[in-house]
Amino acid sequence: MSNHLLSLLIWLPVVGAVPVLLAGAGRPGLARWISLLVAVATFAASLALLPAYDAATGTLQLGESLSWIPSLGINYSLAVDGISVALIILTTFVQILVIVGAWEIIQNKPHQYMAAMLVLEGLMIGVFCATDALLFYVFFEAMLIPMFILIGIWGGPRRVYATLKFFIYTFFGSIFMLIGLIYLYHKTGGSFAIADMANVHLTLTEQAWLFFAFLLGFAIKVPMVPVHTWLPDAHVEAPTGGSVVLAAVMLKIGGYGFLRFSLPITPDASHEFAWLVIVLSLIAVCYIGYIALVQQDMKKLVAYSSIAHMGFVTLGIFIAFLLVRDSNNPDAARLGMQGAMVQMISHGFISGAMFTCIGVLYDRMHTRQIKDYGGVINVMPVFAPFYVLFAMANSGLPGTSGFVGEFMVILASFSANPWIALFGAFTLIIGAAYTLWMVKRVLWGDIKNKHVAELKDVNGREIFVLSAFAAGVLVLGIWPEPLVHLMDASVARLVEQLAITKV
Amino acid sequence: MPSINDILILLPEAYLVVAACVLLLLDAYLKPAQKGIVHWLSIVVLLVGAYLVVDGQPATSVTAFSGMFVRDGVSEVLKLFSLLIMAVIFVYARPYLKERAIPFGEFYTLSIFATVGIMFLVAAGNLVTVYLGLELLTLSSYALVALNRDSQLSSEAAIKYFVLGALASGMLLYGMSMVYGATHSLDLHTIHAAIVGTEWKTLLLFGLVFMIVGIGFKLGAAPFHMWIPDVYQGSPTAVTVFIGSAQKLAAFGMAYRLLSTGMGDIAGGAAGLAPQWQMMLAVLAVLSLAIGNLVAIVQSNLKRLLAYSTISHMGYLLVGLVNAGPEGYSASMFYAVSYALTSAAAFGMILVLSRSGFECEEIDDLRGLNQRSPWFAFLMLLVMFSLAGVPPLFGFFGKLLVLKAAIDAGMLWLAIVGAVFAIIGLYYYLRVVKVMYFDTPVEGKDVHARADAPARWVLSINALALLVLGFTWAPLLAWCQRAFAG
Repeated sequence: MSNHLLSLLIWLPVVGAVPVLLAGAGRPGLARWISLLVAVATFAASLALLPAYDAATGTLQLGESLSWIPSLGINYSLAVDGISVALIILTTFVQILVIVGAWEIIQNKPHQYMAAMLVLEGLMIGVFCATDALLFYVFFEAMLIPMFILIGIWGGPRRVYATLKFFIYTFFGSIFMLIGLIYLYHKTGGSFAIADMANVHLTLTEQAWLFFAFLLGFAIKVPMVPVHTWLPDAHVEAPTGGSVVLAAVMLKIGGYGFLRFSLPITPDASHEFAWLVIVLSLIAVCYIGYIALVQQDMKKLVAYSSIAHMGFVTLGIFIAFLLVRDSNNPDAARLGMQGAMVQMISHGFISGAMFTCIGVLYDRMHTRQIKDYGGVINVMPVFAPFYVLFAMANSGLPGTSGFVGEFMVILASFSANPWIALFGAFTLIIGAAYTLWMVKRVLWGDIKNKHVAELKDVNGREIFVLSAFAAGVLVLGIWPEPLVHLMDASVARLVEQLAITKV
Repeated sequence: MPSINDILILLPEAYLVVAACVLLLLDAYLKPAQKGIVHWLSIVVLLVGAYLVVDGQPATSVTAFSGMFVRDGVSEVLKLFSLLIMAVIFVYARPYLKERAIPFGEFYTLSIFATVGIMFLVAAGNLVTVYLGLELLTLSSYALVALNRDSQLSSEAAIKYFVLGALASGMLLYGMSMVYGATHSLDLHTIHAAIVGTEWKTLLLFGLVFMIVGIGFKLGAAPFHMWIPDVYQGSPTAVTVFIGSAQKLAAFGMAYRLLSTGMGDIAGGAAGLAPQWQMMLAVLAVLSLAIGNLVAIVQSNLKRLLAYSTISHMGYLLVGLVNAGPEGYSASMFYAVSYALTSAAAFGMILVLSRSGFECEEIDDLRGLNQRSPWFAFLMLLVMFSLAGVPPLFGFFGKLLVLKAAIDAGMLWLAIVGAVFAIIGLYYYLRVVKVMYFDTPVEGKDVHARADAPARWVLSINALALLVLGFTWAPLLAWCQRAFAG
């Protein structure tokens, strides 16, 4: 059983989608309950990773390997380290909330919605488990199909434009990654295993080309400036659940890809071009923050703030190169990388929660324009505190999870270069500005129009979803130690790898 | 002298010719109400043919009639899939033909003759066999395209096909004559040996160019693609599916025999004319990818869209062939098989959704299919993503293999071109998915799957196979590799 835990995690939701589809449009209740059951079972199975995984060593564990295409040396091989375990649990956790969140909101073909969500979940877990590059690529791309459907069927008025842009944009990035992977396959002498690719010697020129191939693939996914333009469209048009999954998990796959591919396979080129990524990350943090400030649409605002927060993830990952190779300060590098990981998980909770909150408002008012709201706290006293809490977390208030990761990354950048830290720290001001200003305009003040006056407060189902997110945000903010411990050894191994030159 | 052994090597072909004649006679004597028998019998005939191909397969490559006819692993794979796909097409075609009162007997007999043509073409060891196989295939196809003789579109397509096809055959024959003049042989192996031995290559190069025109026409590779859209659109869909799927296997077989066996091969150090034809194919590949994908974007007719998509897919097939080694051939053959299966399902969908007086051939006819027939919308989604090359569907792995073959041959640029056009191609496949899933159906155009149960079942299996084969393509690849290993 425990030998196949990872396979179980991947295929349980995918196979679970079949009975959900079979339940059909005629029995939406049955479809909902089956999907909830599958999601909960997957979450329970993912919790079994915690005792099974030995966090002390940080190696890849729980491995399974089957020969998939023997004549090409492609294997169905899975394994996880601390980072993947954390991300898998985040995925399964968020998935339950998404399914509960969509419970009676999705009335149009709910069985297809739930099934697409479950398939998506399985594929995302697959991305976090794969240790064979081709298998990774298959999951990475296959993931686009259910998301395409989710945005396209259940999205807003411009959903077709948004979903086509999303699909083609991400496909564009990853196909060059595929060329890079085939090239590496050629170099390794016939292996797609990521570990073999990491051991291959590459000249700096080759590394540079590969680095940019990977960068294109993952930067679009994260997304980094200037290839972020698909994200606001996709977020605005996606149904609430789609936005939550997109922000909470899918974006993390970009950051995860950097760790799995760019760092070990092209360390020298990554070092060479670390400045580029750092500059892009700082642009994301500062400039995109300003863009968020002027948004009229709540979802768009949170989408831009996601880009800014993901800037910390890429900053934390690539600052490590400066620290290890230029300043010879592996401890700070570890701190920065650790911060990037905490930021990924924390952003998963916060952005998921923010999109859920906006979804709650949207379901009642059918508008996301900030100007249509005002004084919501007067009619939704239970909802408002949640909204304020997540807004505070989004602006990085100490005591919430938003603070921990950003603070670690800023500390680490300070050791590398105080200027980087200064620009990074800028987010604490600008982040507070755009989030709190939105809170002010939406929640506080007098009730300006009669639709707001008729708002009903959150029901039990919504309270459950919001409380679960709130628990995640607070626990991670007050007591991040278990998460840090889970990932610490794996991060340390990654940092060691950075120091080894391959040229 | 021909011996009984030669006949045995040719057994599947000989059997099919006899069976087709019997079917023709039988059809002439049956009452109209009993014509359904011909349908089922012809499917059985094809399946028995497929059995004979596999069952009598010798362990090593053998030749018959002094090298005219080769029976090796390559011909086995191509013949088997051609026969199986033809059987699938027959199932799809029945309700379509019945509703349109297109003569049954002629359709089946001509199709089986065309299949025999394919089998000769892919097993040719001699220029004459190549030409005979090709003519048998194309002459039957001209007649098939014109089968719906009251339709203006159909007749126009047949004339176009015939005129351009005859021109291409002429070119091919002209090229062959030059090669014969330079090498004094029609046998492909002898030609190969003569090419490797000679220094004087001008005449051979001329011959090669003309032969590549013939191959390009058969494949439908740009710039020899002009017939494809009109013929695809104008033919009865039951015939389009044949031209669009099984014939691609034949075209691959013909290219392999003429170019690799005949004109030179990079394996073994004796390159012959391989460097020259590699470059020519690379040019054809880039043009096909560009023209196929870009022009497909503006199509509103589904059959025309699939026609341009074929052109681009032949571009990918050529990307694999450019490798000019066993690895490239196996990648291309894998691609040809995967494409033939996928396009059979794509056209099969049009057949299954059509009904009398209504051809489901405009993209808009599929609007809101997910509302009416979610199952068939899902199948079409699989087909479209497979054509677009999105994992985990079958089509992706074909693309992976041909791109890999190009990179292995040191043609990274070609792989990048292939990748770029995959992105452009993605758009129009997604558009079909968009129409089915995101648009609301138009009143009065209620598209349903009305075909009979066997057609619906076979279509389901065909399309689901694209998903299943996406996980289990290892045996097929190993088989393709084995075919070229010896």
